[in-house]
Amino acid sequence: MNAIKSLDDLQKIRDAALAKRKLGETSGSKQVIVGMGTCGIAAGARETMKSVLDFIEANNLENVVVTQTGCIGLCEQEPIMQVVMPGQEKVTYGKVDAEVAKKIMKEHVTDGKVVQGNVITI
Amino acid sequence: MKIKRSMVLVSSDPHSLDKGAEAVYQRFSEELKAFDLSDEISLSKISDMERSDVAPFVIVYPEATVYGPVTPDDVHFLVEEHLFKGRIATRLQAPTKELTGKIAWLSARSGTLPAEQRIVLERAGVIDPDSIEDYIVHDGYQALGKVLTGMSPTDVIELLKQSGLKGRGGAGFPTGSKWQFVAGTKSEKKYVICNADESEPGTFKDRLILEGDPHSIIEAMTIAAYAVGADEGYLYIRGEYALAQARLLKAILQAKQMGFLGENIFNSGFNFELHVHGGAGAYVCGEETALIESIEGKRGEPRPRPPYPTTNGLWDKPTLVNNVETLANVPPIIRNGAAWFKSFGTPTSPGTKVYTIMGNVNLTGLIEVPMGITLREVITIYARGMKDGKQLKLAQTGGSSGSIIPARLQDTPMDYDSYAKAGVSMGSGALLICNEDTCVVDLAKVLLNFFRFESCGKCNPCRIGNQRAFQILTNISEGLGSMNDIDALQDISKWLFEMSNCGLGQTAGSPIKDILNHFREEVEAHIQQKECPAGVCAMSGKSTQTV
Ligand SMILES: Cc1cc2nc3c(=O)[nH]c(=O)nc-3n(C[C@H](O)[C@H](O)[C@H](O)COP(=O)(O)O)c2cc1C
Ligand code: SF4
Repeated sequence: MNAIKSLDDLQKIRDAALAKRKLGETSGSKQVIVGMGTCGIAAGARETMKSVLDFIEANNLENVVVTQTGCIGLCEQEPIMQVVMPGQEKVTYGKVDAEVAKKIMKEHVTDGKVVQGNVITI
Repeated sequence: MKIKRSMVLVSSDPHSLDKGAEAVYQRFSEELKAFDLSDEISLSKISDMERSDVAPFVIVYPEATVYGPVTPDDVHFLVEEHLFKGRIATRLQAPTKELTGKIAWLSARSGTLPAEQRIVLERAGVIDPDSIEDYIVHDGYQALGKVLTGMSPTDVIELLKQSGLKGRGGAGFPTGSKWQFVAGTKSEKKYVICNADESEPGTFKDRLILEGDPHSIIEAMTIAAYAVGADEGYLYIRGEYALAQARLLKAILQAKQMGFLGENIFNSGFNFELHVHGGAGAYVCGEETALIESIEGKRGEPRPRPPYPTTNGLWDKPTLVNNVETLANVPPIIRNGAAWFKSFGTPTSPGTKVYTIMGNVNLTGLIEVPMGITLREVITIYARGMKDGKQLKLAQTGGSSGSIIPARLQDTPMDYDSYAKAGVSMGSGALLICNEDTCVVDLAKVLLNFFRFESCGKCNPCRIGNQRAFQILTNISEGLGSMNDIDALQDISKWLFEMSNCGLGQTAGSPIKDILNHFREEVEAHIQQKECPAGVCAMSGKSTQTV
């Protein structure tokens, strides 16, 4: 990667990253985000993450982008997992253990139905 | 996540409904649409608030302005004035009245928490902290670019001074002035240090910023270094924060690769090298001079001050020390300007504050709210009220620089000036909320136990005073106290304040002072009636051996 030497360079990197993201959105990829701050991990986010990845592998899901993020300040609700389906608002789930994660992966990410019981409003 | 900037609550108790509250609510809904504000402002109903004297009434947060009585015809004016133009419509303001202890319950709270204004936590929990690309997409390194390609160090410091930013590490020292002191000291070599020691019990806001948005601190430190004339920096991070440390190291590597750290950054001729230094678990190492000793490889004992680090800091060179949260405010201020920053919070304490909420409430966690919000609002709105419907007795603000705040001060705006006027301290951002089952003697005992352990032992008042105060409090909690003990505690608290070398000892006596100021009767009951009104203390009549 070339070093950034001007605001123009910075803008170019930013545009390129944005374009990549747009491409992701229009190609219909789904996004799964797991909160991996200390609080999330302490509450079992690694298990949650593993369950998500296992599900994707076992079911050969394509077009799912899995990312991590920090804590959003709702430590009581950890592990927290968010799902963004193409063209839809982000849905946030709380207390997502491995089982719940599997359920969300199946019902929401695969079949497009929000899993009501664990939705939290933030 | 959509963040609403304001929240409008319309009363909907039977009395208000009787007086036409529903029509007021409807008009708000229409007017917000007409002004195209529906996306930014949430509208909900509120019941159970005892302001029937002005029914129907309307409360607008984050300012918490109460209007009433309000008729449907007033609504257009209110929306235009308060929500569109941002001025409080004093003509319709309800006369102030002491709120009763009853907690307002917010029904049908739509969307997100409106008064939660995220400046320093804007990206935490939104971006992937391991991705510098994510950071750049979310305005990352724009501020650094702006500074290095078009602002002089003096411009940066002036902007910070105008913004009114104050240190978030506990003392609330004006950040711009501190930068100016370091910039104004002539020296070949200078350092900047980010204080991420965060060892106050119950505080974890800095960890969250570092874990969720590590690049923001790297960017801010680089800007700080440019402004004060330093070319080397240390991020002193609490040893237990392994995850934050790993993320920082990764972020530093990425920033170096892209040229945001290292030599000739943004082609400006400015160089900056950043190290991460892990702490080893001593609370006192959060004190800036002990922290500096610790980086130098010595025992973490505070230095006598003056001289201050701004002139004689790390390796005796001028050094800037700032807290994580303070630094996290810098890039947004540079991007958006001082006026923008001052639009949050109060005139003398602009901006936001991050709090960790713990204790006897329904929802614990972390919030970022404008300065000047009240404790009552924090408990009611963010913590969703006291657990099991119990009453608030007191709150303890974080750590050595904090205070015990009695319930009667819960409507005091939480900002540096209002708190100073009320004789309490904001602390570092931990809020321990305690209900009526809490015993103040027990609380002070727990706090003094912490201080006696964490005292570095360098000076007598702190080393001996904390131990002695802890013993006296223990005796009182066992029913062995005498009225002379109260005088002794008062003396110790005074000596700690007057004679200690550093902030740890100077504030260690404040829990004692606070409980004797606000809850003296309760302490006396332990001594005179030999009973603990809250039923917490053992009152065994036996002396317990303390180490
Ligand atoms: C015993 C003690 C512990 C402290 N711990 C911390 C800490 O963990 N983090 C911090 O930022 N400041 C801490 N401080 C305050 C620092 O000495 C210093 O004032 C602060 O880092 C300055 O940053 P600011 O101007 O950005 O607030 C502590 C002070 C004392 C006396
Ligand atoms: S006040 Fe306490 S912590 Fe501070 S230098 Fe003295 S003994 Fe050490």
